Amino acid sequence: MRSPHRFALIGLTALGLLAAGCSSGSSSSGSGSAANWATVTSASAGGGMSALVAAAKKEGTLNVIALPPTWANYGTIISTFEKKYGIKVNSANPDGSSQDEVNAVKQENGTAAAPDVLDIGMAVALVNTNLFAPYKVSTWSDIPAAQKSSAGLWYQDYGGYMAIGYSSKFGTITSMNQLLGSQFKNAVALNGNPTEANAALNGVMLANLVEGGSPSDISKGVNWFAKLKAAGNFSAVQATGATIKAGTTPVVFNWDYLNLPSYVGVSNWKVFIPAGEPLGGYYAQAINKNAPHPAAARLWEEFLYSQAADGGQNLWLEGGARPVEQPAMTSNGTINSSAASKLPPVSGTPVFLSQSDATNAANYLEANWAKAVG
Amino acid sequence: MAVTATSPAGARPVPPVRAGRRVRLPAWLGVTPFLAYVAIFLLLPTGILVVDAFRTPSGALNLSSPKLLFSSTVRSYFIGSFELCLISSVVGAVFGAILAYAIASGNPNGAMRQLYIAASGVLAQFGGVTLAFAFVVTIGPVGLLLHASWFYTFPWGISVIYAYFQIPLMVLVFLPAMDGLKIQWREASESLGCSAWQYWRYIGGPLLAPAFFGAALLLFANALSAFATIVAWENQIAYIVPQQIYLAINSEVGLSNLNVADVLALGMIIMVAIVMTGYALLQRRAARWLR
Repeated sequence: MRSPHRFALIGLTALGLLAAGCSSGSSSSGSGSAANWATVTSASAGGGMSALVAAAKKEGTLNVIALPPTWANYGTIISTFEKKYGIKVNSANPDGSSQDEVNAVKQENGTAAAPDVLDIGMAVALVNTNLFAPYKVSTWSDIPAAQKSSAGLWYQDYGGYMAIGYSSKFGTITSMNQLLGSQFKNAVALNGNPTEANAALNGVMLANLVEGGSPSDISKGVNWFAKLKAAGNFSAVQATGATIKAGTTPVVFNWDYLNLPSYVGVSNWKVFIPAGEPLGGYYAQAINKNAPHPAAARLWEEFLYSQAADGGQNLWLEGGARPVEQPAMTSNGTINSSAASKLPPVSGTPVFLSQSDATNAANYLEANWAKAVG
Repeated sequence: MAVTATSPAGARPVPPVRAGRRVRLPAWLGVTPFLAYVAIFLLLPTGILVVDAFRTPSGALNLSSPKLLFSSTVRSYFIGSFELCLISSVVGAVFGAILAYAIASGNPNGAMRQLYIAASGVLAQFGGVTLAFAFVVTIGPVGLLLHASWFYTFPWGISVIYAYFQIPLMVLVFLPAMDGLKIQWREASESLGCSAWQYWRYIGGPLLAPAFFGAALLLFANALSAFATIVAWENQIAYIVPQQIYLAINSEVGLSNLNVADVLALGMIIMVAIVMTGYALLQRRAARWLR
């Protein structure tokens, strides 16, 4: 239950305590050349990578939130980071949504448990930039300009394309409209409710684009799911790894990196990305401006955007996600080419939803989704 | 009790009335922890919720947000909640009452009775993800027993799952009333020439009616707040108010609005208040016969 007043009070008290603790602590370290990592906007501005590593190790802990270990290889990414720097990673609410992350930043503001870093959907990121600290990683110039905030408040990290994963018992699917056939009774699922989950909204948008709709008007996608429901093929069960293994959801609309056989853990699983206009989507990284571990937070970002073989960019790629620096890494040769070759092929010009596209789609779904498939 | 301990040895036994008069404090002091508990975990959150329902996200006064309760979309969620609660409580009440009658008419010390009561106590608490999953894998679309096509129709499919914890709860709350029916009343009516129908129409029915409807209202309120069960059953369409509150808090596609959640919760509190007032009135009437 929400109680902003109490949280505000706790937050204020904690802030007061923290301020008291900091002022006594900074008198010893502040006299030296050590940077205040809470406001530093790049590693070099804070004295270079080795200074950042030393400061982060001193903090010893990093709070992350809403990172499922099986999602985009996060389990390995977290353990690699812990081993490499000897910093303990506290992973809170791994199955939370982007909105949960923002709620946690607000409600736990000022406490030692507040999230340091966020991996967040664009719709939520863009309306909450006042919560983020500007920071530019060393490989900043390798992130395409359209995929980062020029001030460094957020920067896209990895993404993929909407795909239809399906059990190979159905043979080979080459067109989305095959799913309206009678052999797909109760089979086709989304990853959640499209008025809540970004992946589900994009699933409906994929159907919309295949049906000839435009990104700014999702109505054809909703109509397609209404047809699917009328055919008796829409499954109301939310697709998860468990429902796929159990065979409850043999056809799933989801991001390709969540829809690969390696991710869902079943071998007889195929992935199909409809030709035409592939629908892309990227998540973004951001640092909490009141992060309890400011140096560890910045080191985490440096690690995630590192192009090393055991850096975040290649680790995401090994998890089937497409890292944001992939084009640059392909040309400079740091990419893990065997992992890259396993990605499902994509043809056509990718479509990315703009902020207004996403808002239009959400508003249309709020008014029409339940009516269409209820 | 403390009074007895402190009274001097050999003194006359102090009459309980005087003892009560001498230490007046404990009467309300004893209930203080409970009141504090209720204040912190019920009254305070309710108060915050009511206040927030009349404010914008930034904190300004907003008298128009409760109007949301009358919009057609929100109304459809309340209708969904009402349908689900009504069906599951009627099914639960009818079958639970029949079961309670069977138990009450059996041997009061028999093993069957103990077994049913124990099982009801456990099953009335069986809900949430485990229960929904149990149904999905047995009679769901790819179920082990049958592939029921009606399983994913709202509200019938989910009502069947709810009935699984509603029936045992009905047994627990209705059995005392059934036990209160004295066998002598039946015998007396029969010796005066009453038929079974007349007995139930003029004696048993009127006696049990308040308890029955009271218990049915309790079942209604019990179904209203259940959330995890329906989410595990399906989570791609929101049918009932708790699902819509979840969306208002968690939506990551830009539809999150905590004040809408507050307003919806306020609507639920009003719904529960009406139901529980009815329950209290009926219970008071039912209690007359159970002494």
